[in-house]
Amino acid sequence: MPEAERMTFRLTDKAIDASALMEGLRDTGAGACVAFEGRVRDRNDGRRVTALDYEAYAPLAVKEGARILSEAGERFRIAAAACVHRTGSLGPGDVAVWVGVMAGHRGAAFDACRYIIDETKARVPIWKKEHYADGATEWINSAAGGKKAG
Amino acid sequence: MKKTVRVLYFAMLREQRGLGEERIVTGAATAGELYEELRKSHPFTLPRDSLRVAINGDFQTWAAAVRDGDELVLMPPIAGG
Repeated sequence: MPEAERMTFRLTDKAIDASALMEGLRDTGAGACVAFEGRVRDRNDGRRVTALDYEAYAPLAVKEGARILSEAGERFRIAAAACVHRTGSLGPGDVAVWVGVMAGHRGAAFDACRYIIDETKARVPIWKKEHYADGATEWINSAAGGKKAG
Repeated sequence: MKKTVRVLYFAMLREQRGLGEERIVTGAATAGELYEELRKSHPFTLPRDSLRVAINGDFQTWAAAVRDGDELVLMPPIAGG
């Protein structure tokens, strides 16, 4: 199945270069190109955020990420898609996750991009710890007995 | 019957355990029993139903059997993106 080579999920501990990633998906048959960047916010729930540490259970993260991209390829008419997620320590404004989709037309590109980021956030075993300006830290979604944040 | 398994901890669980992985000898028959057993000796605050477990690299249910030589991964609520 040729689509498989055009669907990639990976983790990286290096800064995400969005334009290089998009160029990697280049497809002259695709009239639509949609990209999403998830960036570190400098505030959360009214607290000033100074840094975010990401960690992943890599073998399963890569396996689940590949499954999500494969599902996107089955559900939407797309030519190529990639998702790259950071690990390590990030600061405000840094790109934590990048999704890019190439498709013949915009509808499928937008839909697939949304599907990939939503499923990645819900299913890929990655965690983040916020560091606040007052020195406190918190594991997101693990506070208050595992109550889920939005 | 006692078996030896490798247990990996991530994020908040890793911090509460004080290490990322360990080898333990257990009588637990299932993954759920193993977590309850670990909760008796470590200060884990997360309820079992908020966690996920993987055995030998794949997501599993808490009812999954624990076998000698297995690698179990205990995962707090996912929070990527």
